[in-house]
Amino acid sequence: MNTWLRDLFLPSAASIKAQSVDDLFMFILWLNIIFFILIAGLTILFCIQYKRRSANQKTAHIEHHTVLELTWTVLPLILCLIVFFWGFNTYMQAGVAPDGAMEIQVTAKKWIWSFGYPDGSVAIGKLWVPVNKPVRLIMHSEDVLHAFFVPGFRIKQDVLPNRYTETWFHATQVGDYVIPCTEYCGKGHSEMKAVVKVVSQQDYEKFLEEGDPDEKGLPPEKLGATLYVNLGCSTCHSIDGTKGQGPSWKGIWSAQHKMVDGKSFLVDENYIRTSILQPQQMIVEGFEGIMPSYQGQIRERQLVALIAYIKSLK
Amino acid sequence: MSQAHDASLIMQDGHGDGHGEGHAHEHHPFHQHHFTTMEQQFDASKIGMWLFLATEILLFGGLFVGYGIMQSRHLEAFVAGHHHLDWKLGALNTCFLLISSFTMVMAVWAASNNRNGNKRGVLITNLLLTLGFAGGFMVVKYFEYSHKLHDGLLPGKFFSYTGPDAVPNMFVFFSFYFMMTGLHGFHVLGGMGAITYLIIRSIKGDYSSEYFTPVDLIGLYWHLVDLIWIYLFPLLYLIT
Amino acid sequence: MADVIASPAVHTGDHGHHADYLSDPQHKGIWSWMTTVDHKRLGVMYLWAVLLAFLVGGVFALLVRLELMNPGEDFMTAEQYNQAFTLHGAIMVFLFIIPSIPAALGNFVMPLMLGAKDVAFPRLNLASFWVYVAGAVMAVTSIVVGGVDTGWTFYTPYSTSTGGAVTMMTLSVFVLGFSSIFTGINFIATVHKLRAPGMGWFQLPLFVWGIYATAIIQVLATPVLGITMVLLIMERAFNIGIFDAQIGGDPVLFQHFFWFYSHPAVYIMILPGMAIISEIIPTFSRRTIFGYRLIALSSVAIALIGFLVWGHHMFTSGQSALAASIFSFLTFLVAIPSGIKIFNWIATMYKASISLNTPMLYATSFLLLFGIGGLTGIFLGALSVDIHLHDTYFVVAHFHYVMMGGTVIAFLGGLHYWWPKMFGRMYNETVARIACALVFIGFNMTFLTQFFMGSQGMPRRYYTYLDQFQPLHQFSTFGSWVLGAGLLIAAVNLMGALRGPKNAPDNPWGGTTLEWQTQSPPITHNFAGQPAIEHNPYDYRYFKVPSDAV
Repeated sequence: MNTWLRDLFLPSAASIKAQSVDDLFMFILWLNIIFFILIAGLTILFCIQYKRRSANQKTAHIEHHTVLELTWTVLPLILCLIVFFWGFNTYMQAGVAPDGAMEIQVTAKKWIWSFGYPDGSVAIGKLWVPVNKPVRLIMHSEDVLHAFFVPGFRIKQDVLPNRYTETWFHATQVGDYVIPCTEYCGKGHSEMKAVVKVVSQQDYEKFLEEGDPDEKGLPPEKLGATLYVNLGCSTCHSIDGTKGQGPSWKGIWSAQHKMVDGKSFLVDENYIRTSILQPQQMIVEGFEGIMPSYQGQIRERQLVALIAYIKSLK
Repeated sequence: MSQAHDASLIMQDGHGDGHGEGHAHEHHPFHQHHFTTMEQQFDASKIGMWLFLATEILLFGGLFVGYGIMQSRHLEAFVAGHHHLDWKLGALNTCFLLISSFTMVMAVWAASNNRNGNKRGVLITNLLLTLGFAGGFMVVKYFEYSHKLHDGLLPGKFFSYTGPDAVPNMFVFFSFYFMMTGLHGFHVLGGMGAITYLIIRSIKGDYSSEYFTPVDLIGLYWHLVDLIWIYLFPLLYLIT
Repeated sequence: MADVIASPAVHTGDHGHHADYLSDPQHKGIWSWMTTVDHKRLGVMYLWAVLLAFLVGGVFALLVRLELMNPGEDFMTAEQYNQAFTLHGAIMVFLFIIPSIPAALGNFVMPLMLGAKDVAFPRLNLASFWVYVAGAVMAVTSIVVGGVDTGWTFYTPYSTSTGGAVTMMTLSVFVLGFSSIFTGINFIATVHKLRAPGMGWFQLPLFVWGIYATAIIQVLATPVLGITMVLLIMERAFNIGIFDAQIGGDPVLFQHFFWFYSHPAVYIMILPGMAIISEIIPTFSRRTIFGYRLIALSSVAIALIGFLVWGHHMFTSGQSALAASIFSFLTFLVAIPSGIKIFNWIATMYKASISLNTPMLYATSFLLLFGIGGLTGIFLGALSVDIHLHDTYFVVAHFHYVMMGGTVIAFLGGLHYWWPKMFGRMYNETVARIACALVFIGFNMTFLTQFFMGSQGMPRRYYTYLDQFQPLHQFSTFGSWVLGAGLLIAAVNLMGALRGPKNAPDNPWGGTTLEWQTQSPPITHNFAGQPAIEHNPYDYRYFKVPSDAV
């Protein structure tokens, strides 16, 4: 019963924190169930038991009952205090990352997450971490508020534009865990997603050396298709011709693009390259210049793959 | 259904006899029908005014809290900003408002002791004096504002001061200076309007010891406007 | 038989029937309504206004749910969806729930309950109504001229940087605040000064206690919202540097300002709902209320502690651990008075004589739904659990159980309870019960599902979602249709009754409070004479239930 309820309400626990949060969650859930049965049961029972049978039915005159009233003041108070201290305790324990935790810089901007590793490399949309190691995230936003949430780890922290906030986790299960943005941030909020890739220590080191293994061995066109999603392009650019926050990619290859400043460009390799690395120079007529620059955050191979992918979208 | 004594309520017919003495409203033209007595009407109005003043304090309170937090963030800029305020003019305005509060007290006293018009002159004189000092306050404020306007010491994006003592974020100080003194200024103007209304009705002879509620309430309001300035003056002009 | 009532002393003398406030020959025509200072007429005008707002807000809610039938873009773009949920929230909060019970039902009923002829400041009451209308017009204008996509919380820096008619909308919220303050001031002065002879503080009907506690919050919290909106407008217009991080401001400061009002505002919404339940349960149980003083004082306790818990909306915002702990602790304290009320209401039904007429059906629904709303609040008060649940559908479900399962259900119960008094007409009881059942079922279908989605990790304010959530989202959307149908039937039933004959007895439910001792609908000056009080309210030992009561 307990396990069934846990699975009904909570995603499977994949971090050390998750376990302690879940225990408290289940305790409160049982409190909820017991008290709801009490409230609903008594309400329904009294409605049946004391249903009016005649117009002049005698009723009791009970103005109050000190012992009873004290009971339902003090008992809930005690239970609430237990829950408070429990929640406070797990919160404080989970508050500060242990010494020696691996540090990763998290940058949020409309509407992508990027992750800076200790070796200086940057990955967009994917947070690679080794399993069974504490990881500390130091986060800031480049525009509005965002929030970093990993349901599987039971962590959440707002990401602010004017200062650093931090959170940490210690993943216990290898796997992929979604990171949805949970502080409303505008048009692309619902699609501002990233993934935590929890992998073994070896796979993690391999990633640091060789880059994303998911991207290896893929032909450029296929790789471009995965990058389209992973790098967050899909938030603003469609591939079926519908107008998003940015121009659709469908059939733009070799077309002429008119800019807001009146210039006109042929869509070719260089045009796409500049659009990705210095988007402010290439604002297409009818759109706002809201695209962030990917300079320093995208590898050459990835650029080539994206160009190949756009080329393929006839 | 005739057991009248079983009923939990007793209705007293308000039009019956024996109530004549308690019904001052038959006599006084400003007695509203839903109050039993003039005292009840006066007390209710007074409660209403005090509650309104509480909302005013909370309204300004929000600005004070904002000011405090931004001052601790940009202390240097706030100190540099306040050097551009003339504390002598601020002190002069404080005097104006303090004296006007006193004349307002006199006006309330005159109204509440006005029997058969014997204090009407005192009432009108004191109201006029209060109005005069309030006007004086606004004139000084006008000169202060136009000086800031000339120097470009303006709120937010309009801030254009580039003097030698310009400090980053000084515009925040002037944002708060103009919001706080501006909101206060609106309250002074509103008070002047209300006092003018009192003067007109005083000339008509509406206020007497039996009925002086508006004078009393606007008096309370005027003291609050004064009080807020008492806090604004050191906060803006005298910080170090 | 309308003249046969509990206390014949009410109708002293010969006046068998006075002209009621609706058909008073001295006050005829549209203009007499628009300029009326009669609290009953103002209550009725407020009622139509808030019901209209409820309709508009409800249509946005249905659109939001419809878009969520499937993941991806169904019929709204992301931008349109963001505007839809913003308008749903802003209209429901500022134009519907906050004024609903106090300004509509409170205005009508409270002076009657006190045995007063009117509220303390009738002209201020009229001003409050027209200020409300002005604010509502501005809110609608902002929809027309550009829409608002900030969410009803207007968080900075998004709200200072986005386009659209945010300034107009925040200005409208500022104006609506004045309406709320005026009503609050008016009600406090009324309760203090206009009680009938013999009515001490502990002889007040509990509805009056609830409205009184609400009025205190309205007066003390709303000015802070006002100044917050002014600061936001100033930041947008002049970049004054208080909330915008790029020019040295602090976006989290806005959240503190905003929740300092908006958390107490939650109690502005729920206390009047509780107040209605405290009337309905004793009346339909024909029994004195259990623990009168505890219920009365717990309203005041909620009002006061409610001012100290705003930070529990910000556990993930980066405030200090100490602040978070204090706010969490106080949050648990404020839960206790609500729990006490629930148990006292249930105890009132013990050894009672219960009739499950429509108002009582709504009251029992309230006990269950508000019970769930309150209990699930314990999850959100606990620090470490809230970190996981914050800004997910769990929160959405929780506050809908409190706001809709609590306040709106109580509002519907109150409407069915006082409708005969307000308009002198009975509605169809069977249809009303069917509507109540549909509302109950539809509501649970819509929102129970959202608890599961939320704790599984579904964030709020998303127009699209992961495929795993689709079954629950679809079920929720079906539920919203059942809920909408129930509300529609209730509305048609109530409105339909207005076309019928004036058939309501003066005291159809056997209520003990003063509003039942005058005619239905009441006469222009409420009572033929000055009512006085001899016994506590709900004391059925001394009260003769009229024979034409149900």
